[in-house]
Amino acid sequence: MKPELIRDRILAALPGSEVEVRDTTGTGDHFEARVVSPAFTGKSMVDQHQAVYAPLEDVLKTGELHALALKTYAPEQWQKWVERNRK
Amino acid sequence: MIDDALKTRFDTEIKANKIVIYMKGNALFPQCGFSARAVELLKPFGPLHTVDVFSEPGVRDGIKEYSKWPTIPQVFINGKFIGGSDIVTELAERGELEALVKG
Repeated sequence: MKPELIRDRILAALPGSEVEVRDTTGTGDHFEARVVSPAFTGKSMVDQHQAVYAPLEDVLKTGELHALALKTYAPEQWQKWVERNRK
Repeated sequence: MIDDALKTRFDTEIKANKIVIYMKGNALFPQCGFSARAVELLKPFGPLHTVDVFSEPGVRDGIKEYSKWPTIPQVFINGKFIGGSDIVTELAERGELEALVKG
């Protein structure tokens, strides 16, 4: 499947997020995504990941989407990440 | 379906121990790279209570249903489900594990 499709689904489920999806193997079934969402504030990382997997449950089940590695951040967590990695 | 006895066992186990890892193998001899990584990352933060899902067959599927998480290992800290090895790795990189253990 196309990364744009994954991105659209995540965005629909988590409006106002910043979503970046990358095909890691070039085979259209292994992806990684970075999602920064205001909905993640105060949520545990498991809850954050589950919120991203939820709108993709059907394609994860069928295997059309085989793997989606996630990096999720609330905006303030993302800010910290940026500061830590700035040089 | 997870039965009541198993659910009670998990409830008790994760309350009684600060850090619990349901894993393949044990802390000394992990039998999977992901389980090994979870052990390595958490070791600095206190004693680990590990449960070998290979030696207790009911636990392997039971814990997945209990946490609604599809893979092993599974880490619980201070009675809360934290995640699998990817999440623990990410939390370690962000330096957030210590705060979770301190609660």
